[in-house]
Amino acid sequence: MTTLTMTRLDPQSRAARRGMSDISIRNLFIIPTILFLIIFNIFPLLYSLYYSFTDFRASTNAPANWVGLANYRELLNDPFIWTNFAITAKYVIVSVAGQVIVGFGVAMLLNRDIPFKGLITTLLLLPMMLSMAVVGLFWKLLYDPSFGIINYALGLGRFEWLSDPDMALYAVAITDIWMWSPFVMLLSLAGLSAVPKHLYEAAAIDRAGPLYTFFRITLPLVAPILMIAIIFRTMEAFKTFDIAYIMTSQPTTEMIAIRLYKMAFQEWQTGMSCAFAYIVLIMVVAITNIYVKYLNKVKER
Amino acid sequence: MAAVQTTSERALNKVAIISVLIVTIIFLAPIYWIVSTSFKPRHLATTVPPTIVFEPEISPFVKLTLRRSQLREQPTPEEYTAAPWWERLVFDGGEKIVRSGRGEVQLSGYPSRFVNSLIIAITSTILAVAMGTITAYGFSRFKMPGEQDWLFFILSTRMLPPVVVAIPMFLMYRVVGLNDTHVGLIILYTAFNLSFSVWLMKGFIDEIPKEYEEAALVDGYTRMEAFFKVVLPEAATGIAATAVFCFITAWNEYAFALIMTRRDAQTAPPFIPSQVGSGLPDWTVIAAGTFLFLLPVAIFTFLLRNHLLRGMSFGAIRK
Repeated sequence: MTTLTMTRLDPQSRAARRGMSDISIRNLFIIPTILFLIIFNIFPLLYSLYYSFTDFRASTNAPANWVGLANYRELLNDPFIWTNFAITAKYVIVSVAGQVIVGFGVAMLLNRDIPFKGLITTLLLLPMMLSMAVVGLFWKLLYDPSFGIINYALGLGRFEWLSDPDMALYAVAITDIWMWSPFVMLLSLAGLSAVPKHLYEAAAIDRAGPLYTFFRITLPLVAPILMIAIIFRTMEAFKTFDIAYIMTSQPTTEMIAIRLYKMAFQEWQTGMSCAFAYIVLIMVVAITNIYVKYLNKVKER
Repeated sequence: MAAVQTTSERALNKVAIISVLIVTIIFLAPIYWIVSTSFKPRHLATTVPPTIVFEPEISPFVKLTLRRSQLREQPTPEEYTAAPWWERLVFDGGEKIVRSGRGEVQLSGYPSRFVNSLIIAITSTILAVAMGTITAYGFSRFKMPGEQDWLFFILSTRMLPPVVVAIPMFLMYRVVGLNDTHVGLIILYTAFNLSFSVWLMKGFIDEIPKEYEEAALVDGYTRMEAFFKVVLPEAATGIAATAVFCFITAWNEYAFALIMTRRDAQTAPPFIPSQVGSGLPDWTVIAAGTFLFLLPVAIFTFLLRNHLLRGMSFGAIRK
C-alpha cells in the first residue's frame, strides 16, 4: 500500500513512464542482496538448527539420529561450558575496560593543540586495521620470555607471559587493548570535538574546576558515542577467536569461540556444536539488538 | 584557541604533547619491531638482549619466497662464487635453496597464499561493493515496507561469530564441493562484507541531494540512467572508501579461512602462523611474511584516514 507513493515525481508524467518503473528498480536493486544473505546466512543457520537436535558427527558416515533437546540439556548442565563463559566474561571486562581507559585517555590528550595531530592520529589508528591473527602471532615474538622485547624493555627478566596459566588471559587482553584502544580513541575524539566550545568558556567564567568541567560537561556529552564504542567492542570481544587461539593454548584462555571451534572441528561433535552455536547466537543477537538501538539513537541526534 | 593562555595551561599543554609522543612511540614499537626483524640476519633475531642496531639485509625475503633446506655441508668456493647474490645470502645463513633437477628454483608456500589472498579479497570486494551500492540506493531513495527491519536483518548477519556460521557452511560446502576453493571463500566474504557495504553506502547516498536525480529525470533521463550517470559519480568517494574497508576485512579474515581452506585456496592469515610450528622457528622469515602482508593495509589506512571514523561506526558517525 505504501509502495505506490515512492517518489515525489508525478507518476503520470512522461519521465516516470519511460524505462523501468520505480517499483521494479527498487526490487531489482534490493531483492538480490536480501536473497543472497538469506541463502548464505539464514539457510545455513536453519541447516544447523536441524543438526543441533541430532547426534551427527561430520567425521563419520553414520546417519544423524534425532536426539531432541539432549544436546542443549547436556551443554547447559556441563560445568566446563560455564568455565568457558566465565573466561570469556573476564576477558571482555578486562579488555574493554582497558580499551576505554587507554582510548579515552589518549583522546583527551589529543583533543588539544598538538603539533602534527593529524599524522599522529593516523599512526595511532594503524593497529586496529591489522589482521588479528597476524597481530597475535607477532606479539608472541614480543612476549617471548627469553628474547622478547617486552621483558627486556620492562626489565622483567624471564617473565612467562603466555605459558603461565594465570597470566595468559591478561597477556592476550593487553594485545587486544593495544589493537583496539585506537578504536575507542577515534570515536571519543569525534565526541570530544563535538562538544561546543562555549560550554567550556562558560565554565571557565564560572571558575569551575577541571574535575567539575570533566564530569559535568565533557563526560555527559561524549557518553553516547563512548557507549557505542563500548557496546561494539563488547560484542567483538565476546566473539574473540583469532588472537587468543593463535597466542596460547592454555585452558585458562579457552573462550567460547575457541571451545566451539574445538568441539566442531577437532572433536567433530557436529550436532553438539550446532546446539552450542545456537546458544551463542542468541546471546549475540541480544547484544546486537542493543547496539543497533543505540546506533539509531545517535544517528537521530 | 584563546590568545591569552595562563602559564599553567601552557605547562599542561607541554605535558600533553610529551605524553602523546610517548604513547605514539609505545603504540608503534610493536610494528617497528616486526618490520626491523624482517630485515635481520637470522642469528640477530632472537638475541638476548634484543638487537636494536644492526645492518639490514633482505635475506629473510629471499627465504620467504623460495624453497630452502638446511646446509648439510658448506658449499665449495666455486659453488659459492657461481651462485647469484641472493643465493649467497641464503648460504651465509647456513641454508641452501632447493633446486629442481634442471637447476630451477622453486617457490615456497608463501607466494601462492599471498596471491590467493589477493584474488579472494579483490573479487569479494568488487561483488560486495557493487551489490551494496545498488541495494543502498534502493533503500535510500524508495520506500520499502519494513525498511528498518530489513536493515537490521542485513546488519545482524555481520554480527554473527564466524565460527557459528562456519559450522553449517562447512557442512554445506562439503556437499557441493566448495571447501578449499576460491569460489567458496569469495562467496563467504561477499556475504560477510555485503551488510557492511549496504550500511556504509546508504549513508553516503543519503547525502547526495535527491534534487540532482530529479533534475536529471526532468531532463529526460530514465531512473536507471540517472542512477548510473548522476548518482554513481557523486558517490565515487564513498564507493572507494567502502571498497577499501571491505578489502581490508577480507584480507585480514582468519577464522573462515582456517576452517574452509587447507591448501589450494588457503589465504595468508592461516598460513603465516602455521609456519611457526614446533622447534625453533625462523622469526626473520615469519616477520618478513608478516611485513609484506601488513604493508597494503598500512598504505590503505593512510589513504582512508578521513573516512576511518565513518567506516568503523557503520556510517553512523560522520565528521
